[in-house]
Amino acid sequence: MSDDAASSPAPWEVMNENIDMISGGIPWGRRMAFRFTRIEKGHVWGLQPWKERLVGDPDTGVIHGGVLTAFLDNLCGTAASSALPKPRFVATLDLRLDYMRPADKGRDIIGEAECYHVTRNICFTRAWAYHESRDKVIATAAGAFAINKPRSVDSMRTM
Amino acid sequence: MVNDIDTTKQTRADEVRAFIARTPLAQEMGLRCEVMGDEMTMIMPYQEKLIGNFMIKAIHGGAIAAFLELTSQAQVFLVTEHLERPPRPINLTIDYLRQGHAKDLYARAEITKMGRRMCSVRAEAWQDERAKPVTTLMAHFMVSGD
Repeated sequence: MSDDAASSPAPWEVMNENIDMISGGIPWGRRMAFRFTRIEKGHVWGLQPWKERLVGDPDTGVIHGGVLTAFLDNLCGTAASSALPKPRFVATLDLRLDYMRPADKGRDIIGEAECYHVTRNICFTRAWAYHESRDKVIATAAGAFAINKPRSVDSMRTM
Repeated sequence: MVNDIDTTKQTRADEVRAFIARTPLAQEMGLRCEVMGDEMTMIMPYQEKLIGNFMIKAIHGGAIAAFLELTSQAQVFLVTEHLERPPRPINLTIDYLRQGHAKDLYARAEITKMGRRMCSVRAEAWQDERAKPVTTLMAHFMVSGD
């Protein structure tokens, strides 16, 4: 732990304190109704409720795989940010999703993501989506995230 | 004979449009498709709710991924006559190349290999220039019909 960390709280602590604000700050996440439920250093949990408007197959009522992609993408990105010693935004470089089994109609989906390795520029993450436990997984994800350099909001607008 | 084939294609194009129209997530995202024979372009008109980062007004990467997945499903369904319903995905890899700006997105998918049980698909989404894709996707779908 650096001197910085001793004098000010680590990013993951600030993130966990403001967890509802983080969930609410993502318009598409809000529309999908997912939220983060717990943030630790490099480890994030979340909840994706079943919603009629997210269904991908009207015959079965199962929510679309693309909902899980967005959910796990966000969880992985948050796990990446929470693993860093200083507050930084991260951007998804790539994300791989494996669909193991369909989610049950009408049931909440639990998501869990961990950042298992950090280099100077990249965070490596993996994630799971399930109803009860990781033993019976609905989908898994693996993603790499680029760590953005600190910069002003104005410079980001002209990208 | 030629007429028969044209009629089949027409019917399948209607089925693809019906798939988009009756799939809640596709409606939530405001998708519409333009089918020209065996070619299809999917359009995701910009909406505020698709934003992932309000500070930079970028479209959510997950929304773009879902857009590409739906495009791929629709394209496989369009050209695979024995399928009774859009195919289920096995897995997919998304490459985020550029930021998705607050404007309409377009996507096309192409089948790289059609097998008996699965098929391999590539898709890309773009905004201003087709040659500068925002996001690309590589996916496998089950096409064996069960």
